[in-house]
Amino acid sequence: MSEKVKKKGSFGYAKAFRAAFPYTIPVLTGYLFIGMAFGVMIQEKGYNFLWAMFMSLVCYAGSGQYLAVNFFVPGVSLLEIIFMEFMVNVRHIFYGLSLLERFSKMGRKRWYMIFSLTDETYSLLFITKTPEAVDESKFLFAIAMLDQFYWILGSGIGALLGRWLPIEATGIDFAMTALFVVIMVEQWMDEKKRPSACVGLGCALLCLLIFGAENFILPTMIVMMVVLLSGKRIWMEKKEEEHAD
Amino acid sequence: MQISVFRSLVIIAVVAGTIFFTRLFPFLFFPPGKEIPPTVQYLGKVLPPAVIGMLIIYCLKDVRLTAYPYGIPEAVAVIVVILLHLWKRNNLLSIGVGTVLYMFLVQAVF
Repeated sequence: MSEKVKKKGSFGYAKAFRAAFPYTIPVLTGYLFIGMAFGVMIQEKGYNFLWAMFMSLVCYAGSGQYLAVNFFVPGVSLLEIIFMEFMVNVRHIFYGLSLLERFSKMGRKRWYMIFSLTDETYSLLFITKTPEAVDESKFLFAIAMLDQFYWILGSGIGALLGRWLPIEATGIDFAMTALFVVIMVEQWMDEKKRPSACVGLGCALLCLLIFGAENFILPTMIVMMVVLLSGKRIWMEKKEEEHAD
Repeated sequence: MQISVFRSLVIIAVVAGTIFFTRLFPFLFFPPGKEIPPTVQYLGKVLPPAVIGMLIIYCLKDVRLTAYPYGIPEAVAVIVVILLHLWKRNNLLSIGVGTVLYMFLVQAVF
């Protein structure tokens, strides 16, 4: 009996991974390359592909891991590391707000979903709709797992290749920019999302000009929240009008 | 390696812990079963498109418009990605062509 249930469960996973794969292809492209860039960087510090893959397994963050490469020298304090990593990843503090409900239905998988909430996975979770025949929590889990798999694979390949043949990879990190641009275009087609998208672009540009490239993310998040909250009434009224129609 | 294996592992653990904490943060305040206030629900709905907008700027933050090459490679590549995506709506194609074009521009042209 219990074996039967188990079997059914694993079939569900196979289906979920098959259904999720096409959605993750953009991240596959991007993560393989920027993962490779990380692999190259870390092996230059004397850490082989196993170290690279281990870091991608337990840390799993693009800019966070790039930054971390600089910590593997004498004289960097742990407190400094915590502070710098926190500042680089501070935008993630707000991501979960959009996923509280969806993740709360996911049982133990929830912990992995929270752990693996990168910019790219977060973005993917919003542009993809779960296909009807697939269990939603397994589908979301499959997306998250596949993304991290690409990242680990990319960093391993980078660390191995970087040792023997120096690749001219300048500009390859543009894959991530392109991914976000594509997602933005997709979102732009949904008229209701346009005001919010403009708020994000506008606030970020403004804060970049005022605070500079190193320190603008935290101010941007705060200004964005304030603007979105002050727009709440307008947005809600619009929605009610739509319902009335 | 300039530092010991143990020290390296400690650094990795600290980095991993800090990153996980930033992602866990909102979930600490709203564990499953706890009711989510309407304002937070609203923010959760409208934030994602805004965050994507912010991430685009974040990716382009180091572009210097006042010095050669004046952000031209980035502008060209972004525009090509947008047009290509509006035309074909194929994620892989838009990202692939945009990235290869950008690499060509920064390596061979500018």
